[in-house]
Amino acid sequence: MSEGVAGDTWRGVAAEDKDQLSDTVSLLLRTRSRRLLGDLLRPHRRQMALLFAIIVLSSGAGLAIPYLVAAGIDDGIPPMLRDDGSGTLLVIVVAVVTAALIQALTRQAFLRLSGRIGQDILLELRRRVFDHFQKLSLSFHEKYTSGRVISRLTSDIEAIAELLASGLDGLVTAVLTLVGTAVMLLVLDAHLAVVALLPLPLLLLFTRWFRRESGITYRRTREAVALVIVHFVESMTGIRAVQAFRREPRNQEIFERLNDDYRDANMRAARIVAIFMPGIKLIGNVTVAAVLLYGGWLALHDAVTVGVLAAFLLYLRQFYEPMQEISQFYNTLQSAGAALEKLSGVLEEEPAVAEPRRPAALPYARGSVRFDGVEFSYTGGAPVIPALDLEIPAGQTVAVVGTTGAGKTTLAKLISRFYDPVAGRVLLDGVDLRDLDEAVLRRSVVMVTQENFLFTGTVADNIRFGRPEAGDEDVVAAARAIGAHDFIAALPDGYDTEVGKRGGRMSAGQRQLVAFARAFLADPAVLILDEATSSLDVPSERLVQRALRTILADRTAVIIAHRLSTVEIADRVLVMESGRVVEDGSPERLIGGSGRFARLHRAWVDSLA
Amino acid sequence: MPPQAGSTSDARRSSWNSLWRLRSYLRPYTRPLVVSWVAAVLGIAAGILTPLVGKEIIDGPVAHGDQGALLPLGLLALVLGVAEALLTFLRRWSQAAPVLGLETAIRDDLYRHLQRLPMRFHDEWQSGQLLSRATTDLSTIRRFLGFGVLFLVMNVLQLTTVIVVLLRMYWPLGLLVAGSAIPVVILSQRFEKRYIRISRQVQDEQGDLATFVEESALGIRTIKAFGRRRHVAATYDGLAGKVHRTSLAKVRLSSRFFTFLEVVPNVTLAMVLLLGALAVGGGGLTLGTLVAFTTLVLQLVWPVTSLGYILAMGQEAMTSADRVVEVLDTMPEIVGGSDTVAAPRGHLRFEGVEFRFPGAARPVLRDVWLDVRPGETVAVVGATGSGKTTLTALVPRLVDVTAGRVTVDGHDVRDLSLPSLRSVVATAFEEPTLFSMSVRENLTLGHRDATDDDVRAALEIAQATFAYDLPWGLDTRIGEQGMSLSGGQRQRLALARAVLGKPRILVLDDTLSALDVETEALVEEALRGVLADATGLVVAHRASTVLLADRVALLREGTITHIGRHTDLLSEVPEYRALLAQDAELDPEEALQ
Ligand SMILES: Nc1ncnc2c1ncn2[C@@H]1O[C@H](COP(=O)(O)OP(=O)(O)OP(=O)(O)O)[C@@H](O)[C@H]1O
Ligand SMILES: Nc1ncnc2c1ncn2[C@@H]1O[C@H](COP(=O)(O)OP(=O)(O)OP(=O)(O)O)[C@@H](O)[C@H]1O
Ligand SMILES: [Mg+2]
Ligand SMILES: [Mg+2]
Repeated sequence: MSEGVAGDTWRGVAAEDKDQLSDTVSLLLRTRSRRLLGDLLRPHRRQMALLFAIIVLSSGAGLAIPYLVAAGIDDGIPPMLRDDGSGTLLVIVVAVVTAALIQALTRQAFLRLSGRIGQDILLELRRRVFDHFQKLSLSFHEKYTSGRVISRLTSDIEAIAELLASGLDGLVTAVLTLVGTAVMLLVLDAHLAVVALLPLPLLLLFTRWFRRESGITYRRTREAVALVIVHFVESMTGIRAVQAFRREPRNQEIFERLNDDYRDANMRAARIVAIFMPGIKLIGNVTVAAVLLYGGWLALHDAVTVGVLAAFLLYLRQFYEPMQEISQFYNTLQSAGAALEKLSGVLEEEPAVAEPRRPAALPYARGSVRFDGVEFSYTGGAPVIPALDLEIPAGQTVAVVGTTGAGKTTLAKLISRFYDPVAGRVLLDGVDLRDLDEAVLRRSVVMVTQENFLFTGTVADNIRFGRPEAGDEDVVAAARAIGAHDFIAALPDGYDTEVGKRGGRMSAGQRQLVAFARAFLADPAVLILDEATSSLDVPSERLVQRALRTILADRTAVIIAHRLSTVEIADRVLVMESGRVVEDGSPERLIGGSGRFARLHRAWVDSLA
Repeated sequence: MPPQAGSTSDARRSSWNSLWRLRSYLRPYTRPLVVSWVAAVLGIAAGILTPLVGKEIIDGPVAHGDQGALLPLGLLALVLGVAEALLTFLRRWSQAAPVLGLETAIRDDLYRHLQRLPMRFHDEWQSGQLLSRATTDLSTIRRFLGFGVLFLVMNVLQLTTVIVVLLRMYWPLGLLVAGSAIPVVILSQRFEKRYIRISRQVQDEQGDLATFVEESALGIRTIKAFGRRRHVAATYDGLAGKVHRTSLAKVRLSSRFFTFLEVVPNVTLAMVLLLGALAVGGGGLTLGTLVAFTTLVLQLVWPVTSLGYILAMGQEAMTSADRVVEVLDTMPEIVGGSDTVAAPRGHLRFEGVEFRFPGAARPVLRDVWLDVRPGETVAVVGATGSGKTTLTALVPRLVDVTAGRVTVDGHDVRDLSLPSLRSVVATAFEEPTLFSMSVRENLTLGHRDATDDDVRAALEIAQATFAYDLPWGLDTRIGEQGMSLSGGQRQRLALARAVLGKPRILVLDDTLSALDVETEALVEEALRGVLADATGLVVAHRASTVLLADRVALLREGTITHIGRHTDLLSEVPEYRALLAQDAELDPEEALQ
């Protein structure tokens, strides 16, 4: 997709919504998932080895029990019947109890250790995926909606959690029991064992079928649930518009359709299991009957003892019971596999705006910005900025005006490196932004975006987001500087007032003031304000402007505004039109002229009437 | 935020109730459910009978050298085995529909309910919390009601049958086996109490984590603008670490319990062997019976062991049911009345309106009187945070007045049905609120029958015909929250959406703030035509927008202090002048007083 190499239909998140894949692609995906899994497991190698030892012990003890019971019947009881005393029997009974205790202790150790490993891996995976999402650039996030992000970090992680919690335990125990039982059977009686193990190839074939089928189905389930989540999250996020515009019935329709798709996918999975599990049981039960017949016949002819026959019947139960567990494991494995595939896809996405390998040194940014033959287009679109050369000396305050959609915000985003230009360079103090370390860049350039996002938390928390290490006085000082202090102090809990979900408890203007204070606190060399005062009333706006005069005295500023009152504080005005700078000069000169800006300014003065 | 579970016993009772209530979702599936249960019971029977046949073979043909009886008994074992497999198939196959149907139906209902819950609810509940209820919790419930309950009943059934069989075979040993259930029951109860608390905690913490993920996905631009990746990651680590710690505690708790459940049957087996052997020695028991006995006891190991998992699953399902029912039980405070306005004229009145946010000391609005006659347009002017948005939200009943009333054509808005009211009123919000779907769908949100001409007319009024030039025209999918558009483009789409379908009452909440002067003038020109017919309530910070209105209402300290024509107010009311006049000499601080 956007961030992968063209033609690689499987790289990154590209293959996410396909449920039928070619063999090579699914092989590649599987390798990728396996690599991630290996990566996650590697740090726990020692613990895994320990785990393995524990489980061998535990399974050994478990396996010994039926054997001991058989021995009890064959060797313990006859002496008693002959009045030879019950010594052997007692020894065997003690052995059974010991085996049970060992099994219990090792089981507990196993559950704890595997639980710990599982949780550690989950934590690591969560961190990694979260951090990677944060690393990926905006162009990725524009396509990959927040619902998807959430679904990766919740339902997919849960699928893996399930695998780690119960699956691994089931598989290891089952495989060990399986192998152990087979060995015991062979030891007890080779003839009978051959009969008992005869259906094994059939079992393997059957399992292969199941694996193939459920592989497809589980991909489909994961994708279906992701769609449900995406729709759910989006309609809850925009519930205001949903209700005001009576979108509910249509939303319900869409949701029910997605929900039904999800159900159908789940249904398919359930049906496959419904065939597989009883199938295993059938094979197992037929084998038991065969062993009974053949074993009975052998016993009749004294070719085997009754004890051996009894042990065989016990073991066979144990042999096929874990098969069921293995198929259960397959279930969780498939669903975790599908999840892992998606997560590994996300982790594989490269940020389009990548961190430099060898960052250039820029200990102290003065704040001069230069566009050098910059061309830019959003992915797949027409060029938004065809060719731009622009020099903003350090300390200058530049106002950018122009019709909506002219590319003002795009220009600002290029300076803050939300995107990289398609051609040309953007330079800060002569250094290409692509060569700057992210931390350095963000310290030097801060942008107040058009949409003022506030996080759940207090007003102070939100302002402090600009500089997390700032003290309370700094927070208050920042609010004071831009004239937000009075309104904040008047809130019920002052700076400790909760702003609510996405700042919902603040009015639009209040949100803007908080966002502004946040940027001010960050104290960057280059400050970009993208319509940062558009929702303020006139007096508040004027207060902000007055503050700006002092704030901007010693730093570079790019101010985008439609209200030309802001322009009064600028040293220089750029008029943009279709991605080009069509006028450039001091406000006085432009107003005095006869160009676009002069016209705009006249229109604006008229609008004040 | 979701309240924490109260005292344990309370929480438990309500949990049972919550889960029990959800059973009604299974009603349409009575037939397949009955089939699956019958199949389950018969399957158990077949499973129990097989070892008994084994006993017969050992005691009969093998002991007496009776070759003729071997074959029929062997065949019987075969038939039983095949039957058990078939019954298992039948159970699983017929169970899928009810269980998945239950999950799907609850999810549909949950979604429907959430769409009805008022803004006040949604202001408080993060979608992450709601989502974890709609996904994780529902699948937990599904797993338990589908498989857990069945296994629980099957296990108990199997346990009791086997014990009865054992008692009949040789009662002293049977009694021993039955007695081993006592410690299991006692411990299960203690375990249950602690498990329910810890599993609720894990679920809540996971909800918090999901919430944080959501915020950091939606706020990605802000995080990037400030380069706060590490800071955000640290917070996330903290939350994830909490989940990690609680989950570990849960693992520790359950590992103790599960292990205990495994010891009991195995130790019982040893006792059976010892005492059984003694009995065989004493002649009270045949060897074949002992073999059958031990086989049966061994069969008990799995049901008892799995009891732990199932009980844990049940606890989780109960907490989940609690969390789901908690949402389902939240009454929508804003429900429509039964009135409809047949031919709306658009007469909007605020009569002594008061509005107070829950828990707030002072009302945001008080004693607001405003009469907007049909076809008239009134501008609402007030300082930042004075309550303008709140006032506009009262009209389509996104929030309800706490005193007084709002009427449309003489009907209290609370008496009107919501669809009727909301088709009379259309709002363009201060935040555009767009969805990641096609432009066309964004525009026609509630008007599914809007024609292409309607859409074009609306786009032209809002000066948003740029939409036709997007790569796929109106079918272009715009990014989440419209993020692939410029700020002004988003705002104009939201405006076009509001004017689409010619609503009688048009509410515009500062909807021209992101437009440049020229575009603004064009939009205003076009809006004048719309507002000539419709009733308008226009929130404005700028004089240019105020000029759209016939009259202006000044909102101060929560109430409307002045109403009049713009020019009159400008000359007569100093506060108004302070808010709207751009004279540079005006001292802003004084103006704010
Ligand atoms: N993320 C994006 N993906 C694709 N196209 C985009 C994206 N953001 C903006 N555009 C397009 O690029 C063009 C310039 O947008 P930009 O946001 O820079 O305009 P603007 O000058 O800031 O306008 P406004 O005054 O309305 O904010 C617009 O046509 C817009 O549709
Ligand atoms: N959910 C809420 N809970 C508590 N207080 C709130 C809530 N929403 C808003 N407020 C407060 O109510 C007051 C009025 O808010 P409102 O959004 O109506 O202001 P406004 O006049 O629209 O302001 P603006 O011009 O900035 O948009 C503000 O002081 C705000 O802090
Ligand atoms: Mg913009
Ligand atoms: Mg407002």
